[in-house]
This record gives sequence, C-alpha cells and structure tokens, in this order.
Amino acid sequence: MLRIECPWCGVRNEDEFSYGGDASVQRPADGGSLDEWYDYVYTRDNSAGQHTEHWQHLNGCRAWITVVRDTITHEIFDTAPASPNLPPGSGSGKKTNGVKS
Amino acid sequence: MSQKFRCDEGGAIDRRKPLSFTFDGKTYQGYEGDTLASALLANGVHLLGRSFKYHRPRGIMCAGSEEPNAMVELRTGARKEPNTRATTIELFDGLVANSQNRWPSLRFDVMAVNNLFSPLLSAGFYYKTFMWPVSFWTNVYEHIIRRAAGLGTAATEADPDFYEQCHEHCDVLVVGAGPAGLMAAISAANYGARVIIADEHAQLGGSLINENFNVDGISGKDWAARQAQKLAGMNNVHILNRTTIFGYYDHNTIGAIEKVSDHVPQPAAGKPRQRMWTLYPKRVVIAAGATERPLIFGNNDKPGVMLASAVRTYINRWGVKPGSRAIVATNNSDAYRTAIDLHQAGVRVVAVVDSRMHPDAPLAAKLDALSIELIAGKTIGAAEGGQHLRYVQLVSTQGLTADPQRIDCDLVASSSGWNPNVHLHSQSGAKPIYDETIASFVPGQSRQAEVSIGAAKGSFELQDCLDQGRAAGAEAAKLSGFKGRLIKTASASDDDAYSIEALWIAPTPYNKSYKQFIDQQNDVKASDIDLAAREGYDSVELLKRYTTQGMATDQGKTSNVNALAILAAQRGEPIPEVGTTTFRPPYVPVAMGNFAGHTVGYQFMPVRRTAIHDWNEKQGAVFIEAGMWLRARYYPQSPEDTLYDCYVRETNATRSNVAMVDVSTLGKIDIQGPDVAEFLNRLYINNWLKLPIGRARYGIMLREDGVVFDDGTTTRLGENHYFMTTTTANAAPVLAHMEYYHQTAWPELDVVFCSVTEQWTGIAVAGPNSRKLLENVIDIDLSNEAFPFMAYGECKMNNISARLFRISFSGELAYEVNVAADYGEQAWLELLEAGREMGVSPYGTEALGTMRIEKGHVAGSELDGRTTALDLGLEGMANRSKHFIGKHNSQRPALIGDGRLQVVGIKSVEAGRNLRIGAHLVDDKVKLESVSQSQGHITAITFSPSLGCGIALGLLQDGASRHGEQIDAVSPLHDEKIRVEICHPIFIDPKGELVRA
Repeated sequence: MLRIECPWCGVRNEDEFSYGGDASVQRPADGGSLDEWYDYVYTRDNSAGQHTEHWQHLNGCRAWITVVRDTITHEIFDTAPASPNLPPGSGSGKKTNGVKS
Repeated sequence: MSQKFRCDEGGAIDRRKPLSFTFDGKTYQGYEGDTLASALLANGVHLLGRSFKYHRPRGIMCAGSEEPNAMVELRTGARKEPNTRATTIELFDGLVANSQNRWPSLRFDVMAVNNLFSPLLSAGFYYKTFMWPVSFWTNVYEHIIRRAAGLGTAATEADPDFYEQCHEHCDVLVVGAGPAGLMAAISAANYGARVIIADEHAQLGGSLINENFNVDGISGKDWAARQAQKLAGMNNVHILNRTTIFGYYDHNTIGAIEKVSDHVPQPAAGKPRQRMWTLYPKRVVIAAGATERPLIFGNNDKPGVMLASAVRTYINRWGVKPGSRAIVATNNSDAYRTAIDLHQAGVRVVAVVDSRMHPDAPLAAKLDALSIELIAGKTIGAAEGGQHLRYVQLVSTQGLTADPQRIDCDLVASSSGWNPNVHLHSQSGAKPIYDETIASFVPGQSRQAEVSIGAAKGSFELQDCLDQGRAAGAEAAKLSGFKGRLIKTASASDDDAYSIEALWIAPTPYNKSYKQFIDQQNDVKASDIDLAAREGYDSVELLKRYTTQGMATDQGKTSNVNALAILAAQRGEPIPEVGTTTFRPPYVPVAMGNFAGHTVGYQFMPVRRTAIHDWNEKQGAVFIEAGMWLRARYYPQSPEDTLYDCYVRETNATRSNVAMVDVSTLGKIDIQGPDVAEFLNRLYINNWLKLPIGRARYGIMLREDGVVFDDGTTTRLGENHYFMTTTTANAAPVLAHMEYYHQTAWPELDVVFCSVTEQWTGIAVAGPNSRKLLENVIDIDLSNEAFPFMAYGECKMNNISARLFRISFSGELAYEVNVAADYGEQAWLELLEAGREMGVSPYGTEALGTMRIEKGHVAGSELDGRTTALDLGLEGMANRSKHFIGKHNSQRPALIGDGRLQVVGIKSVEAGRNLRIGAHLVDDKVKLESVSQSQGHITAITFSPSLGCGIALGLLQDGASRHGEQIDAVSPLHDEKIRVEICHPIFIDPKGELVRA
C-alpha cells in the first residue's frame, strides 16, 4: 500500500487516489501537428527510476497532484499540487514513505 | 481415554481441562493448550495424511506454521476448512478433523500406487508425460491427475462467519513475542512509544515456552508470562496474540491476520472468525525467530521423522513424547538440546548422530553425563519402515564405505541448521545475504524502517536475543521521536554457543537410489532438483517453477535453503552465487474472507436509490441495476404482465398521451465562473460561446484519442452559471475528466464545479399531452413561443421551486422537471395528480430504451469506447475551427478511413422473427460459423410498438452509405440467421417535428 501525501489532506492510503499517468508530458498547442498529438496520447517512456506522475485524490479532496515516485522502489520523493491556481495546502507536500521521522 | 505419550507433568497445557475430539471418526482426548498435532501425538497418532503426488504416508514434522505435511480437513459442513495445519490448530472440545488426499482410507490408499510409478512423475512431468495425443489432455489425463493429486476439498456451503478489517497506527511494531520480541516491546514501550506486539500463538513467549530455558533465575516460561503481564498493564501497548504478520508492503504498511475465533467451535455472538489488520508503524522490529531445516536423507518423509526443535517443543510446550526410541541426527550444536530434553522426559535416546567429525566438547560431555551415545562423523543415510519409522541406516559423512549401521528407533529428531525468518525483511524490498558461519541467509541492508533481531537475524543464543531486543526496542522508540531510559538487562542461563558444519544431503547406503524429499508438501525430491538443473532449469527462479519446490501452501519454509544448496552443488558454485528467490506475501495462507471483510452480500457495493424509489417499489416496479443505481425498468399492472406487455404499453402511452420517467440517475454537474463557456467549448466538440441564458444544448465529448467519451445536455442557467448532465454510467468519470483538465492543462480558466447528481431529482414528462399536464402545475408560460424546444426556466410547481428544461430523449414533446431531491417524491406525486384525469402513467427504462432506439439516439452500447463522432453520425456537430479535446487525434487516418463501423438502423425482413442483440452482420454467402467475416454487430434491439416490428441499432462497416442493403444477422451460439435490412438509425419522425410541436 503506497502512502501518498496529499498537499491538502496529509498522508493517505493509495486507495483514496487514482493514477493519472505521466505528468511530464506536455499537451501540445491547438496548432500542433498530428504527430505531436499522437505522441502526447500514446508515446511514453517506461522509465525505471524517478517518475513524475499525476494522481487524483479521488476519494478525498479530489485535487490532482503531481507525485515524484521511484517506479522500482515506490519511494516517493515529492508531492505537489498539479494546479498553480489552487490555494496552497497546509502540508509541505514533501516526503512520504508514509513515515515522518 | 489414554494419552499414552503424555508426560506426567510439564508443558503449557491444563491437565484439569480435558477436551475430546475426533480424527477420521475416532474419538480422542487432549488438554486445553494442545494443538491438534500435539493431542494426536499424545495419543500415539502419527499418520495424518497422504502426500500430494506419490500418496506416501506422512506424519507430523514440525510444531508450527512451517509444517509441510500434517494437513487436515478441519470441521465439517459450511465451516469445513481444507489443508489446515494440525500443528497450528488450537484444540477445542468437539473438534472434528479428517485426513485428506486418501481413498478409500488413510491406511490403505489406492493411489499410493503412484509411488511405484514415480519415474513418470518427476520434475516437469506435466509437460513431458501427458503430451500425446493432444485430445487426451482434456478428456483423460487432466481428470486422472486432478483426482490423484491435490489436497483437501473445500466446503460447498456459504461461510456462515464474518470477517473484519481494522487499521491501526503505531510507533513501533514488534513482530514475534519470543525473548527478543518481548524485550523489544517492553523497551520501546518504556520510552513512551505506542507499541503493537504481534505473535502467532495464544500465549506470548515463543521459544521461551518451547525450550527448557531459565531467565533471571526463573523458568523461561514463567519469565515470559511475567513480561506478557507487564505489557498487558501498559496502556501504550496493544498485544495482538493469535496474530500472524503475513505481509510487509510498500511504505511500511503491514498486513496481519488475527485468528479471533479459530480456537472455539464457532465465533461468539458479534465476533468475527478472523480479523485482518492493516498496520502503519513508524518502525518495525522483526523478531520473527528462525525455522529449522530437516536433514535430507533417504525416506526422510517417514512418519516418525521430525525436526529436532519440534520434538523439544512437543516435550516442553505440550508435555508430549513424540516417540519412545529416539535418534537425534544433526550437523550443528543446537539439536543436542533435544537429546537432553528427550532424556529428561523419559524417552530412550539411542544415540546422537553428529555429521561433524569433531562435535563441541562441552556438548559431548553433557551427553556423556547422561550416558547418551554420541556417534560423530556419521549421519542417517536412509530411514526404513512401513507406515511408521522402524529403523535408520547410518552412513559415514567422511567418504568411508563401510556397511551402514542399522539402529532401531521410532523417532528421528533431525536438524540441518537454522534459517532466520527473513521473509518479512525480504518482502520489505531488502535482499537477504548468505552467512557462511550459520550456513544460511541473514537480513541484508534495510530498505524500509525495519530491523531484524534475535534468531531472525541469525543470533541463536538466548542472551543475544534478550540484549538485542532491549537495544532495538529503545532504538526504534528513539527513531520515532521518544526519549527515555533503557530497561534493565535480563540474563539467560543458556550459554551453549551455536556451531554448524553444513551437510546439505546425506550419502545413501551403498549409494543406492532413495527418495530424498526436499519439499514434502509438493513431493519434490533431491533428484528432481538434479534433473531440473541437468535440463537447464538451473536458475533459482526456473527451478522453483519447473519442480514446484517452495510453491505449496507452506511456501517452502523448511525446504527453500536446502533446495538452493543442492542446486548450488549441482552447478558447482557457492550458494551466494545461486541467490534466493524473493519471498512474497502472504507468510501463511490467508482465508479469502479476510480480504472481502464486510463487503459481502448486500454490503458488497452501496446501492443508490432515487427519491422516487419507495414509490416505485410500492407500485411493484421491476428494477434494473445501472451501476450502483436501482432504476425502475417497467411497471407490471398484473401478475401476468410480461416485460414485453409493459414496455409496449408504456411506450404507447408516451407516444399517444403523456407519461413520466424518473431520470434522476443522470450525472449532474453544476459549473460556475466567468470562463465556463470557454471551458465547455474545449470539453465539447460543438460551439458553446454563444449559448444564451435560458437555453440548453446537446453536446458530445471526446477523449484525447478522438473517440467519443460521453454525451448530454448543458444548460446556461445564468450569466456565469451552467448545469451539465452526463450519462448515468459516466457521471463520475466525466467529473474527474473535467477536474483533470481544469487542474493540469487549463488552470488559467476561472471555473468551479461540483457534482450535484444526488441534490436534484429529475422527472421527464413526455408525450403530446405533456404541455397540457404541466400547465396544470407550472407557473410559467409553456407556449411554444415563450418556451420553445431547448428552453430552460425557473418556475414553481405548485409550491415547489423547480427547474424546467424542454428537452426530449423520447422524441416526443417533452419536458424535464428538476426539483431538490428532498422534494423529489412530492413532485412526482403532484405531477401524477396533475395528469390523473388525462391518464398519465409512469414508464421505466425499458420503454425509455425502446423510444431511444426508435429515435436512433446513441447510448452506452454504441458509445463503446471505439466509436468516433463520425461513426455515430455526429461529426456535423463538430466545430473544427476551435480547439476541443480529441480534435486532432479524431482525424488520424484509421479513424476517418473506409471500413469504419458506423451506426445504422436495422429492420428484420422476416416477419415474426426477432432480432438478437450481439448478432453479427455478415454477407449472405458466409457460413453461419464464420463470424470472422463479421462486418459489424447489433448493439440494441427492441420491438417497436410504433412500427409494429422488431428494430435494432447496430454498427456496420461503412454503414452510413449502405442504407437499403440487405444482409444477414447471425448468432452462431443460437444457430440463428435472420435476413435484415439496413436503414437510417432514426426510425420515426426523422425531421424532429414532434419535439418542437
């Protein structure tokens, strides 16, 4: 069970969240070529190691957040709001492993 | 009844509380505190089952959850539980157990003939022996193998008990309550840390109860009891006894099973059978002990051959003598204790056989003092006997070829050394490393917040266990942020140092071939491992899969390291080069009921009911599930009324008069803010910038890959206020989709929105008389001029505030009334009353579906995640001069080329024959069986009361240009072929004049 720190709600169980895929992919502009749009939807690195990804706190505050996770060890290095427009959370949005020590 | 093998005194059992139980129909007596295994041994019962593959007689080898052999069917009826270890079943009065995998009886088992055919059943036999002819596999071989192999049978009735799931946070979790665990828990708790200590047994103490130790001048058993009492008195300690930690998961999450009621005939009222804990400790101290390895020699699976430590445990914990003439065979110092304990219990120890040439002198002296013979440099080559051990043959471990030495005995206590229980450490993501000095794997570098101590770390001396517990508990508390003082040390009497010289497999007498079992539960022999390695399956992972070693319900607790060592020898490499497999949860089998917990039966899924549900129920409506919702499907008027009668009547009532349907289940999303129009413009393929206040519009959403996602109407309620509806099925996904784009792609848009699905009751009033009905109760002008098609207005319905939409799914003149859900039933009743004289009636989802097919409205079965707007005939709505989700990818060549499945209408041209949903559309030259040449399929069917014939919607290759064509609809499953005509998907009122009337 991953323990993910929602910047607003604190450390919560993975089953409150839903996975939203690679957050580093940039959505092309409207005028982008079909190739760019194709890559945006279908082309992904299958990276072993640090991965920046979207999660939604679906069964919580419903915020989309950006999580930096190691795809091999599941270590989570950072979590942050996906949207710069949302009010800042009370948490630091940092660390996890579910443990503050 | 006599318990011939029960000691007169000693053990953690209560001789004043005799319990009676039956095994294979025969009644026996045991005592409170016994396990089924100890009680059977006390009665001299050793033969408990037949082995998996060869049906060899098997007995009890261990004294705990590592037991590979002694599995029984426990209890009867609905509570019957197959493959349960006799060594972990706490005895209760009236317990019933039966042996398994034998026929017709345990003593005479027909399938034991497999033992003679064993050359056919070697490693990989499934893949080799039963290959030809191919048809024989399903028809013959599989049935025979399934009958011959296998274990107990499961209960066929539903489990009458319930299971519970609990979560708990703590600072320090201590796994195991042996000497190291007890010290660690007290030490951490003394710092003020919140501690959970979990142990498999009812009583805390672990090896202190199994062994004949002294701590702080009192017996180990009494010392453990005192510590347990101390812990029970601390309010920052939670003791979880009868609890096995079965899994160490990511981010320090721990799974545990508490056997709440397994030790009683049935759970007390309100008590679960078992409880699954999810624990969230800051630090974990693993004091899970170690598991002894058996020596590998010929026929080492004979009943009467046991682990040396198990023999001690039966004597010390349960006061049971597992035999009367014992041989202790070992390659290490630890098993000497067994000889001494056996001797003290009055069992004749014929000899201690130590494979090492030079056993430890102090131990030799101890044996000498008791006049027990010590035979060094030899080991057991083979055991002999029928259904029980009769004698062993000793062979030299030094390469001497003298005749084997025969010794008569009925008990062998064997030890090939100890394996630290590194399971949880490995599950946490760490890699155990090989330690030459103890010839086993020990914990490596920690990856999570855990530390192993005591025997689990490879420290087998009692004083070390106590000291490490004291230090580790304090350290874990400190790391969790606590300050305090160390508790006093405890001092142990036992001072024997552990020493071992590995002996992985014994030479056989005269080098003859014997079955030397490694994994007794899956009947994997040393020769199977040799064979696998010879055939190229020589990596540890391949070996496991090829031979099934370690894949039984005991997960190879007693066999893994032995198998690995034999593989290493075969490869001619040191053990660390060969490596270990990864240990995976669960450590012990976990009943499925625990994972389900309370989410069974009606609690499996929440049920969503609309505000009109109770009324529907009173009317005798038949319901249908739509996701979690229950929707009224049709309204029978008499017991004889069929589904067909009802939806035809309800459809006719709507098309000819006026009828009402509950549409509250549609997803509803309230959207506000200055940028809503722009937001909608990007979400939907059509235009939203110029929607006036008080108007609704139908919209289509695509996914980013260009495929249609959802459809529905959105209404502009005010300047910056919109109200979206989605399909029932996609209500939640659409909301998440909108949140995703708003929060990640377009944070600059100033909009807010939330689901209001449950806040509003929706009632559609449809039919040519719907306006007339509403005029009785609505306070606004409903004339076509004042309130045209797609108009919206706020109004009062009698005294209820309502939102009124002029939208239609039926294709008739229709309105949708929304009221706050608390007024939903009242509004429904008032509408019924308003239309009573006109003969208004309710209709269900079946009539709703019929009318949508007649109107060619696409729904879930056409929005199947593959169709584009073009396929659905909706591309005309798209405004390609603006940006919208899926705009570019919907233009990929494959999505706009020829051969796409496009929505069509379908009519049967064979009178009286009904169409079938899912039928394939094929050319008439195609044979019934060849649906591989399918050109499409039927997605929805109904009998159209308006047209008087069966109609359907379907998806057909290039369907939009094939109207008028005839084709076959085939259903090979039903051996059915019907001639159909392809037509426009809108069957009635193609110009949509009725909705605008």
